Amino acid sequence: MTETTAGAHEAHGSPTGWRRWLYSTNHKDIGTLYLTFAIVFGIVGGLMSVIMRMELQAPGIDIIPLEPGTQEHFFNVLITGHGLIMVFFMIMPAFIGGFGNWMVPLMIGAPDMAFPRMNNLSFWIMIPSALLLVGSTVIGDGAGTGWTVYAPLSTIGMTGPSVDMAILALHLAGASSIMASINFITTIFNMRAPGMTLHKMPLFVWSILVTVFLLLLSLPVLAGAITMLLTDRNFGTAFFDASQGGDPLLYQHLFWFFGHPEVYILVLPSFGVISQVVSTFSKKPIFGYLGMAYAMIAIGAVGFIVWAHHMYTAGMGVDTEAYFLAATLVIAVPTGVKIFSWLATMWGGSIEFKTPMLWAMGMIFVFTTGGVTGVILANSALDTAFHDTYYVVGHFHYTMSMGAMFGIFAGFFYWIGKMSGHQYPEGLAKWHFWITMVGVNLTFFPMHFSGLAGMPRRIADYPDAYAGWNFVSSMGAYLSFAGALLFLYILRVIFKSTKPVEANYWGEGATTLEWSVPSPAPHHTHEAPPTIR
Amino acid sequence: MNSVTPLLWRKALRNVPLVGATIFAALIAGAGAALAQEAGLGAPFDWQMGFQEPASPVMRDIIDFHNFMLWLITIIVIFVLGLMLYIMFRFNAKSNPVPSKNTHNTLLEVIWTVVPIIILVVMAVPSFRLLYQNDVVPTPTSVADLYGVDVSGEITLKATGLQWAWEYEYVDNGVFLFSSCLYGPDYWCFGGEAPEGAHRLLETDNPVVVPVNTLVKVQVTAAAVIHAWAVPAFGVKIDAVPGRLNETWFVAERIGTYYGQCSELCGQYHSYMPIQVNVVSQEDYDAWMAGQLAAMQPDRLKAPTTEFAQQGITPRRALAIAPDLAN
Repeated sequence: MTETTAGAHEAHGSPTGWRRWLYSTNHKDIGTLYLTFAIVFGIVGGLMSVIMRMELQAPGIDIIPLEPGTQEHFFNVLITGHGLIMVFFMIMPAFIGGFGNWMVPLMIGAPDMAFPRMNNLSFWIMIPSALLLVGSTVIGDGAGTGWTVYAPLSTIGMTGPSVDMAILALHLAGASSIMASINFITTIFNMRAPGMTLHKMPLFVWSILVTVFLLLLSLPVLAGAITMLLTDRNFGTAFFDASQGGDPLLYQHLFWFFGHPEVYILVLPSFGVISQVVSTFSKKPIFGYLGMAYAMIAIGAVGFIVWAHHMYTAGMGVDTEAYFLAATLVIAVPTGVKIFSWLATMWGGSIEFKTPMLWAMGMIFVFTTGGVTGVILANSALDTAFHDTYYVVGHFHYTMSMGAMFGIFAGFFYWIGKMSGHQYPEGLAKWHFWITMVGVNLTFFPMHFSGLAGMPRRIADYPDAYAGWNFVSSMGAYLSFAGALLFLYILRVIFKSTKPVEANYWGEGATTLEWSVPSPAPHHTHEAPPTIR
Repeated sequence: MNSVTPLLWRKALRNVPLVGATIFAALIAGAGAALAQEAGLGAPFDWQMGFQEPASPVMRDIIDFHNFMLWLITIIVIFVLGLMLYIMFRFNAKSNPVPSKNTHNTLLEVIWTVVPIIILVVMAVPSFRLLYQNDVVPTPTSVADLYGVDVSGEITLKATGLQWAWEYEYVDNGVFLFSSCLYGPDYWCFGGEAPEGAHRLLETDNPVVVPVNTLVKVQVTAAAVIHAWAVPAFGVKIDAVPGRLNETWFVAERIGTYYGQCSELCGQYHSYMPIQVNVVSQEDYDAWMAGQLAAMQPDRLKAPTTEFAQQGITPRRALAIAPDLAN
């Protein structure tokens, strides 16, 4: 019986050519597809931000080569596209679809995901979703609503097919994520190797588990909200139209009920990756493992009851604001537990500063910075001054563009040997880290100054006094993009490399199950459940 | 490199008077910048790193609370960074070849849970106080009691966000203003090059005029899409939502010109709907108001008003919307 199970896959072998990818039901191949998708759209979204920064480098509108009026609209299309692409087509595919698919089955000792065919659909449905979103910028006028798609700007404020296409893109991406979430939950709950109890799972698996629960619970709310947008736009309903008895603020509540958990969806997997990396390179087990796991659960749970802190200036009523203020401050506590537990994991360790560790330590620093500005913004009274200014842009890029992105790079350099069978070039990768580190800080730190001085976000042109710090931000953005190009070159070096790597190339610190299989991980792994000590 | 550095130092030491002069010049420049900040009251200035000068008691409180918070978060970030640097030097593979296997310390875990809670509570107390104090629209007497400023009276101003301009109504007098961007690149602005010293994208053709030391209640709404009415120096920002009448307030303590911008994405010309508030003395305000009332006498409206009347638009408001009809 055991023999039949072990040899079961040899009957059909590994598919090759385009069939291997299009028909793929293998978690590793699908993970690779997701990672490729994320890299492609990371570059697209990054290019959009470079155009935005070029436009904002100096006062006046002189970069976007369009008619006056359409220029400003195109700028709004860029901010919308940049936001949606980075959230739905870069960070989520990289973490959940990419590292999640690759590493969760490997780490829990499962042969594959629970629903391999649904896994295939989860990925391939992202392609029409991406086509719809990219298409929305060229068909019609483009969706210039911001990633929040606030009504009534997105209903009566913008005619033509673009916004509908963007909404349908979100629907498809949402369906993809919901399927992936069901897949991960089933896999993690049912397919752990014997002995791999929930309290022994690697923290990366914990982070994915919490993340997919957030997705599963929040995405249907977004789907409902944007369906109402669709019917308001096309079928004469008036959910968000005040002149017919609807309420624009209803949309904001629904959107942020999804939108706030979404930011934790983006950053929790980063927490997971950082935990693995910090533990590996300190050659120590995670400090306070249970605290770390339950801190993530707490962040996920509290993340659902703080949404209206995005709406402090909407006119909600003072008691409501007071509640959301208090609830938001609570999140700082489990986040603090995570930061201090990482530091305590390093404490007493024997730390090797390989590239993944640099990204992890960088992440801890920038996430602390982005976290404390979040505590400032949580205070409703202060948010009056900061709301919709560049201070907010600075804050959330410190947590997302750096907190989440650094986690992606940490994971990439940590696992690329396992995934490709070839190690990255250490020297170049360190350059990549330092260029990006300097670049993103140069881009986003001055945004706090612009915001304090009162510069509103999402403006295509600004009063001349804001020119100085905007120039600095733009220079930082170019430097960061140079870092991204260097990353592409590093990719090339990795895939040109012929030098194989061992199964556990990080040595004694790397203790999770993915290091027990050869590198690159063979097409089928854990066909017989591994034994957990 | 090694030979260059001491040389530079020696050179610097030889030129102590020069260095002193440089430092002195830098100080002067710093003072100049401070003066520039004064001159830039109500508007942002080049390379600004902090809040605009406060012109209302609410903004003063916001700045005080923010400065307190800034200390707190700076200490936290430096603490984390310091720990990390110490760990990097003390526990790198070279200086600590054998890692410890320590994974638990209950006391430590309790401390780093409880201490942040205490910090948050310490922070929350002034935060709640400020929230309730600023949010509740007061009376002139309660402003005087709460903030210790002399407030002479109150006026009500209604601001309606349009795509892409602001319409103001002095509710007490029935005076309307249509206020749009004066200098900018496009037809929603009056266009053309801004003259020297003008604030491009901030100045409006018809600024709001309010008296100093007066409670100004601002009612904010919008016609089609959401905008937000904001004046940083007053610590005021409130969304203009269609179908809602949001209310906020300010007391301007200093005569001057104050600028803000629409603070909610409202479409392609979002960058071009500034807010300009001229704070004047009570006498100047009375004179200005008298002029507005005189200019807006209904009998000056010679053009047919039926079209407006059908839409329920009063003659005064029609004048505000289409001033050329009067001629």
